Amino acid sequence: MKLLKILAAALFAVSLMASTGQAQVKVGVYLPLTGQNAFGGQLELDGINLAAGTLPEVLGQKVELVVMDNKSDKVESANAVRRLIENDKVVAIIGTYGSSLALAGGEVAEASKIPVVGTSCTNPLVTQGKTYYFRACFIDPYQGAGAATYAVKNLSAKKAALLTDVSNDYAVGLSEFFKRSFLALGGEIVAELKYNSGDQDFTAQLTEIISKAPDVMFMPAYFAEGGIIMKQARELGATFRIMGGDAMDNPETVSIAGEAAEGFIHTSFPYDSNMPDMNAEAKAFTEAWKKANPDKEPNVNAALGYASYVMVLDAITRAGSADPAAITTALAATKDLNTPLGLLTLDKDHNPQMPVGIIEIKDGKRAYLGEITPE
Amino acid sequence: MTVELFIQNVFNALTVGSLYALIAIGYTMVYGILRFINFAHGDIFMAGAYLIFFIAFHLSWPIAAILAIAGSSLLGILVDQTAYRPLRDAPRISALISAIGVSFFLENLALVVFTGLPRPAVQPKWMVDPIVVGGVHILPLTFLVPVVTAVLVLGLLWIVHRTRPGLAMRAISRDIETTRLMGVSIDRIIALTFGLGSALAAAAGIMWAMRYPQIHPFMGVIPGFKAFIAAVVGGIGSIQGAVMGGLLLGTVEVMAVAFNPTLSGYRDAFAFVLLIVILLFLPTGLVGEKIKDKI
Amino acid sequence: MMTGSGRTLRNQLSTLVAIILLALFLKWALTNFNGYQIQLLNLVAINAILALSLNFIYGFSGMFSLGHAGFMAVGAYVSALCVLTPEQKEIIWFLEPIFGPFANLHTSFFVSVLLGGLAAALMSFLIALPIMRLGGDYLGIATLGFSEIIRVLMTNLVPFTNGAIGLRGIPPYANIWVNYAWLIGTLYVIRSILKSNFGNVLKSIRDDEIAARTMGIDTTSHRTIAFCLGGFFAGVGGALLGSLITTIEPKMFNFQLTFNILLIVIAGGLGSVTGSVVGSAVITLMLEWLRIVEYPLTVNFSFLGLFQVGPTTIPGIPGMRMVIFALALMFIIIFRRQGLIGAREFSWDAFYGLPSTLKRFYQRRFGRARP
Repeated sequence: MKLLKILAAALFAVSLMASTGQAQVKVGVYLPLTGQNAFGGQLELDGINLAAGTLPEVLGQKVELVVMDNKSDKVESANAVRRLIENDKVVAIIGTYGSSLALAGGEVAEASKIPVVGTSCTNPLVTQGKTYYFRACFIDPYQGAGAATYAVKNLSAKKAALLTDVSNDYAVGLSEFFKRSFLALGGEIVAELKYNSGDQDFTAQLTEIISKAPDVMFMPAYFAEGGIIMKQARELGATFRIMGGDAMDNPETVSIAGEAAEGFIHTSFPYDSNMPDMNAEAKAFTEAWKKANPDKEPNVNAALGYASYVMVLDAITRAGSADPAAITTALAATKDLNTPLGLLTLDKDHNPQMPVGIIEIKDGKRAYLGEITPE
Repeated sequence: MTVELFIQNVFNALTVGSLYALIAIGYTMVYGILRFINFAHGDIFMAGAYLIFFIAFHLSWPIAAILAIAGSSLLGILVDQTAYRPLRDAPRISALISAIGVSFFLENLALVVFTGLPRPAVQPKWMVDPIVVGGVHILPLTFLVPVVTAVLVLGLLWIVHRTRPGLAMRAISRDIETTRLMGVSIDRIIALTFGLGSALAAAAGIMWAMRYPQIHPFMGVIPGFKAFIAAVVGGIGSIQGAVMGGLLLGTVEVMAVAFNPTLSGYRDAFAFVLLIVILLFLPTGLVGEKIKDKI
Repeated sequence: MMTGSGRTLRNQLSTLVAIILLALFLKWALTNFNGYQIQLLNLVAINAILALSLNFIYGFSGMFSLGHAGFMAVGAYVSALCVLTPEQKEIIWFLEPIFGPFANLHTSFFVSVLLGGLAAALMSFLIALPIMRLGGDYLGIATLGFSEIIRVLMTNLVPFTNGAIGLRGIPPYANIWVNYAWLIGTLYVIRSILKSNFGNVLKSIRDDEIAARTMGIDTTSHRTIAFCLGGFFAGVGGALLGSLITTIEPKMFNFQLTFNILLIVIAGGLGSVTGSVVGSAVITLMLEWLRIVEYPLTVNFSFLGLFQVGPTTIPGIPGMRMVIFALALMFIIIFRRQGLIGAREFSWDAFYGLPSTLKRFYQRRFGRARP
């Protein structure tokens, strides 16, 4: 008990010393920095911090970022947003990786009338019917259609198999949208297998898929699981093409899957450090990233974090004030904004219109094949 | 289902089942002696995988494996000394809660130190180049894992049944107080148990990381749970039981999906259904000794 | 000295006064606290309900249960299904249509919470039927198994639960009044049961099952009823939690949630109603307060001008909060394993006896030194 008291006293002393600086415009960030989505949240935070380093001021005032960890947990996510709004009095919020986390946080922001810019929450429900939620990424129906279009038109696939993480809302949604588009384009779904987040043995599911001999297997997994799935598929002798979604877009995909990643194709947001004709903003981002993180490749999550920050600052500039209501109005009118992901314009549902990028792994490297507009 | 597919699935089951078995032994050893569920076991498994990931960069693979196992073994003993030893005479629930605390602590410490980014494991190439026999794809690793498991289990059985510390372990599992009165240094034997159990967890962590090459702070949670179920199914406290439980669990998980692919989304529930069925009809597991419940 | 009936009247009046004081505090909090702090107050109440229900099953009836997350999930989903409007359901189930009869179901919030609790109680009854004869750790393992099975079923049965995508837009009816009213109701019911003959029987089964059986007590049916009661309040807690957060999904109800509740029970004191309430306040607030370690920290410290540290900024460390929380938990269990309150209970008699107790204590301790 005594030890507990000492611990409590020490923590209290630390809290007294904690200082928040003298910044004028407070922007909140809530991301999964711990828990199962920590890898995504950390990459996006890197991007946001990079942007804040590049654009430290708005309207002549210093921008202060207040970062909260939502622990990849819905309750914590709602708490984090509430705390940002109530305790830290932020005027706008950036976040989060993971649609379910964004849904939980969004309810709080909506009630408190504080605008939020989503980094990579791609579920349509996140902004649907919301006044205060916006995002810097495209949505899953669009992405699923993009992947299906590419499979049918460019890969001439007729038979597809699905391997879906049934406990992941992102995977369930994207898989379904792929299926609908693939069927609409005249394809056939020969197998629909499922697994649960955290599983590492997919041999039973893959053996079944291999026996159905599809042309392509669509697997909207997170990159870590996706890497292992590809590896096991090749070990079991799979020869079909494997496709994935934006969550596979990570430099680690190749390092985990190794040779098994060869020929893997995934959809992504239209940014890549190796893309052939990069716009000026993307170039600036890439250079700034390489300067700040010489040991890490720039990635699309960081680019989304960067773009979200740019969106918020652009809105504050156009609004001419750091008033949440004014920022909200300005965000809704975001048009032709220069971001690393191209010119960004929000539609009436607060979703940006951007083409779907296609990436293929060739010779152990990610190659940006180009962009596709879904049919 | 064709014969070919069936054989493929038998090998799939064998690989995952023997990995479960290897982790399950650590649970069963600690439970057999202290009668509590060491929730931190899965995190020692994770520590083993991280250790080899970092050491193998600098040293040759076999030396790295030995160092990783030794390191995890020390970690296991350290955990016991700091978190469980003060609670030897406390109700078992206290030790259980302390174990949960250790588990949270190790997971989050790993997160702070290594970040949440999954890391690829080092895979010696000869282990993961599949051998193709009549359309069935088998990894050399598929043979290696059961062989290593068997060797480790035999070694362990030898220690438990043929050496003096092993005799002391068996005595403690029967009656801790009497054993103490007989002049046996209980704490040393318990430390040895944790050391051995953690070494096995680290060995399993290394093999797991080779089979499923992705290391992250929470990698021990689900395998730990499954292995724990395997230990209960086999009869907790029994080393042979843990092996049987692990293999049975692997078989059930793989075959249920193989014979009924539409149920693949329910795969994680199979383990628990198996657990409950066993608890209801064979409350002490497949080979568990028929201990009278304390009630 | 007061007479027995006088004391009862005094205690009842005191309880009434305490409830009025609590209500006044909550009213004051609503105008003076910000939304974030009110949210914490809400979480304290809901966690207290959950901790009480688990303590009732484990601390008072002696059944080691690790299935709480499953009961909460049933409560939360049933309640949400009842309270969501048909229009909302049509939007939410966008992958597969909702199971027919549920589409037009719509009830008031109070009814939905009751139904959530009853559904959880029914679920605990179904689980109790086969496993009640298991003892000790095995019961814990089996209930944990059922809780995980419930979660996997909820993930897969899309027409009923909308699967992994979960439910959103649950109306936020669980405000501070509702949550604290449910907490007081739960406290009242559990206290009454514990004081009744049934409660004494439960405790006797917990302390010595064989002796209880020898006395002719049907231990299985008593334990089953206690298990279902605990399940009911777990379901109520789950329903309130769902409405408080407004969105639920199967992943939320994993075993970590059960452990969090178990920690509150243990930290407060196993077998103490007071302990569960205190534990819920302490753990809920401590977890939030520990967030400071994840903030960037500016150190600017000088000791009597002799030496100076900083000013320098230490970046926040993500994950550090849970590291410290885990350590604190281990400290509690190692150095004060009976929890904050132990098995003691708050009672008005002890409260009014406090001055004389203090006096006696003072006299015993310092009596001799007085002139």
